[in-house]
Amino acid sequence: MIAQLTLIERQYAIMISAAVAVCGALMILVGRDDAMGIHGALVFLAGILTIFRIGESYFAPAPSDERLAHYYDDPSKVAIVLAMIWAVVGLAVGDWVAWQLVEPDLTFGVAWSSFGRLRPVHTTSVIFGFGGNALIATSLYVLQRTSRARLPDQVSPWFVVYGYNLFCLLAVTGYMMGITQSKEYAEPEWYTDLWLVVVWVVYFLVYLRPLARRKEPHIYVSNWYYMAFILVVAILHIVNNLAVPVSLGHAKSYSAFSGVQDAMTQWWYGHNAVAFFLTAGFLGMMYYFLPMRAGRPIFSYRMSIISFWGITFFYMWAGSHHLHYTALPQWVQTLGMTFSLMLLIPSWASAGNVLLTLNGAWDKVRDDATLRFMMVAGVFYGLTTLEGSFMAIRSVNSLSHYTDWTIGHVHAGALGWVAMITFGSIYATVPWLWKREQMYSPKLVEAHFWLALAGTVIYVFAMWNSGIVQGLMWRTYNESGTLAFSFIDTLVAMHPYYIARAVGGLLFLIGGCVGAYNIWMTIKVPSAVTDLAADVPQPAVVGSGALRAAE
Amino acid sequence: MAVEQPDRDSYTGYLTTGHEWNGLRELNTPVPRVLYFFLSLAFLFSVGYWVLMPAWPLGVTYTKGLLGIDQRKLVAASLQEAAVERSVWTKRIETEDFAAIQSDPPLMEIVRGTGRALFGNNCAVCHGVDAKGGPGFPNLTTSSWLWGDKPEDIFNTIRVGINSAHPDTHVSQMPAFGRDQMLPRQDVLNVVSFVYFLSHPGAKDVDPAKVEAGKAIFSANCVACHGPDAKGNPEVARPT
Repeated sequence: MIAQLTLIERQYAIMISAAVAVCGALMILVGRDDAMGIHGALVFLAGILTIFRIGESYFAPAPSDERLAHYYDDPSKVAIVLAMIWAVVGLAVGDWVAWQLVEPDLTFGVAWSSFGRLRPVHTTSVIFGFGGNALIATSLYVLQRTSRARLPDQVSPWFVVYGYNLFCLLAVTGYMMGITQSKEYAEPEWYTDLWLVVVWVVYFLVYLRPLARRKEPHIYVSNWYYMAFILVVAILHIVNNLAVPVSLGHAKSYSAFSGVQDAMTQWWYGHNAVAFFLTAGFLGMMYYFLPMRAGRPIFSYRMSIISFWGITFFYMWAGSHHLHYTALPQWVQTLGMTFSLMLLIPSWASAGNVLLTLNGAWDKVRDDATLRFMMVAGVFYGLTTLEGSFMAIRSVNSLSHYTDWTIGHVHAGALGWVAMITFGSIYATVPWLWKREQMYSPKLVEAHFWLALAGTVIYVFAMWNSGIVQGLMWRTYNESGTLAFSFIDTLVAMHPYYIARAVGGLLFLIGGCVGAYNIWMTIKVPSAVTDLAADVPQPAVVGSGALRAAE
Repeated sequence: MAVEQPDRDSYTGYLTTGHEWNGLRELNTPVPRVLYFFLSLAFLFSVGYWVLMPAWPLGVTYTKGLLGIDQRKLVAASLQEAAVERSVWTKRIETEDFAAIQSDPPLMEIVRGTGRALFGNNCAVCHGVDAKGGPGFPNLTTSSWLWGDKPEDIFNTIRVGINSAHPDTHVSQMPAFGRDQMLPRQDVLNVVSFVYFLSHPGAKDVDPAKVEAGKAIFSANCVACHGPDAKGNPEVARPT
């Protein structure tokens, strides 16, 4: 890893790590009376450990220029391993909190394990830890190959990978200590947010530079989506997290927005995080790995264009559907609802485009669990976007809002779409990256597929039932005009569904562990496959760069 | 650079765009008509909805919509309507006395139904869904009521609360006799034996001498609130 860096790159890496360590030391100093000091120690440790790690190989011989003849994939490899670690942790915590809802005493009486603290640990671990690392890994992989350009240098991608994971680590450890902004999916406090801005801007530059130097006349669809993901997430993150800390030595800060403006900013952020983090980025993944694995051309380039601009344009307006029937002025709700409805068309165009791409390769879908992961992801993408547009209708929302239906919807998207496309893409990339003929065990991929699908279906059905029962109970009046059920009655009614949900989550978690094991063994067990033609940044002759062997 | 030359895909029969990335190609399939149809449909629906409902901002105001719908007015109107519907029986509950309400079975049915939901949302947190209470929270299903069991008394207890901020609140406070050194430890233990014996008459594991000693201490320190017979006083609460 370090041996690949040139001497000057090693020096840069040490300087950056030293700067991080100094920041950590300053945080310890000014935040010593606050939980921020503990975070300072963590940052300091991260910087120091990195310096030692580089120092170990500092005097290793300089790498030969031969490395420039290959794409730089080491950061992608590390990000994939980290993604799988976050997946196992995030899914495990998710299932833990699911059981807490069945049996509230499963907190074991300590503060850090209360539902309110563990729930954001779950969401941050799976969305940002698992999803984010997978996006960084695949985006750098796809970028180089579809641009036929190597990453600009060998330090900045490492800064992105490790810096991003430091952000995730600060976020989840913060929640457990009670550090939170209480904004959903934007919980980390101000200094963690600032750090992410630095990392994200570097990510943006790392992405732009090979794209600018690309040896292709056109930018491939995946890169449009990855670019939209990086650019818009930067905008969302910065605007929604505008805040004033109570002092430089305290984790606590106050948002620049208040009241309904705060709510609107938060849900403009929240819904576009779904759009540009959980959709655009993963569509980028799908547009590369699905046709690659299927060995088919994309069904329609023209449909890709319509879908891309439709999705990016319509999504921006849709956030206010999270605030139907609230203090938010009704005209904003109207816009949110109508744009959400129009959004369905480009969403389905995307889903249709990738599923029609499979025409001529359905036999592979049947035989290859990796491709089946991606196909099912496409189906769930279609289902979830339909459901999302439906739930954005005000009268539907009056039933579904604040109920478990929302949780079911989110997990249809998160498990069925995001996680499935990610697992499919990772199973495709891992053998390519580590030069293996195939995954360690194709049978375990198959097992993972069925565990993931069963878990998702059980989860989603449980939450649909629970949510609709709950929503109906909340609005049932008896003949005298009084609510028929107390809140606790609805909890009792939801209890069996909560057990089913936790079981579904457990199946999904077991699948994730099987996947992590399989990936680890693929990396560990060597194989005799040499470099693949498509890993070389040379213009290939049309038709020759075709497919790598399927499993 | 790749040679830009459209190929024909053998499976679908469509031409590719001619670009190739790392082995990936794209077909130049025209966008299906049905997509434009649904896009137009969704847009036309939206335009219709914008015309009818509050929709677009106009500086400091917004387009009000032809239907003149305003969600705040709707909510206020439906709350008003619900209150009128309920007033048939809520008025009687507000004006009539307890005896009159209790003697009207249909009204009591409404009262019980409503009371159940109100209890679930407001009281069950401490007293339990089954009203059997818990440590520190009285059981409401026994016949022994700390603050009186007549409807008027219960009404008043709910109205003023216990140790609440209300000026007429019930106050339930027992001095910390042991901690504040008002009674030595041995006296406290004796009183424990005495009150335990009261609720467990004939218990074998109690020392009669201690019970006697406890009785004397009780008479001197506890009767003011709990009464000479230790049966308590609903105005200050009593032990069970």
